[in-house]
Amino acid sequence: MSSAAAKKARPKYLSLTALLFEIRLPLPGRVSILHRISGLLLFFPLAAWLLYLLDVSLASQEGFDRIREHYLNLPIAKLGLLLFVWAYAHHFCAGIRFLFLDIDKGTALKTARATSLAVIVVSLAVTVFVGVKLW
Amino acid sequence: MVNRIVTGAHYGLRDWLAQRITGLIMAVFSLILLVYFVSQPAITYPSWKALFERGWMRVATLLFAASLAWHAWVGMRDILMDYIKPTWLRLSMEIGVLVVLALYLGWTVQILWR
Repeated sequence: MSSAAAKKARPKYLSLTALLFEIRLPLPGRVSILHRISGLLLFFPLAAWLLYLLDVSLASQEGFDRIREHYLNLPIAKLGLLLFVWAYAHHFCAGIRFLFLDIDKGTALKTARATSLAVIVVSLAVTVFVGVKLW
Repeated sequence: MVNRIVTGAHYGLRDWLAQRITGLIMAVFSLILLVYFVSQPAITYPSWKALFERGWMRVATLLFAASLAWHAWVGMRDILMDYIKPTWLRLSMEIGVLVVLALYLGWTVQILWR
């Protein structure tokens, strides 16, 4: 009896590969993992990149013009800016949501799903809005 | 303190709280900056430079940078604790995170008080 139980597949740990490829997360779970991913991206490389932009744009008129007229017109820089806007918007909205969850607001399943959807929709809408403005 | 296992670590409440408070500080700063961007018809170099020459803006930006460093340290440490299992690698990466955050802070001070 006990050997049969021992042969049963062991439960999986929450490894990164399991999270990415095997477990189908519910919406609040997606918001949570996207909060991590956006936070990681903001820490590196986006914060370093933005500091660079701030540095050059504040250093001199020439630097400001170079950033504004040339650098930020490059498609790759626009994509980077768009990635930043999405990551910031998502991290911001999801962070506010977590703060409410911390004080036990919005923990009912229905509400939690609705606010998760709102976080994803709002951050994508902001990204699309900025994208339209950029192009 | 009954039968508490001494691990040399504290138990995370302070970090948890700090992450929330620093997050709130950054959220408020972000909204202020957003209002500035929306209210300005066009951002020129003089107005951009003048914004960061105001005393309160320098202090607020430094507060933002310090909040970010603390907030990101807690967050990155959480991520590393969850996914990086070998102790030597996790420790090395945690040191890397701290060094990067210190560089960010130093760079911010340099930009603000040039």
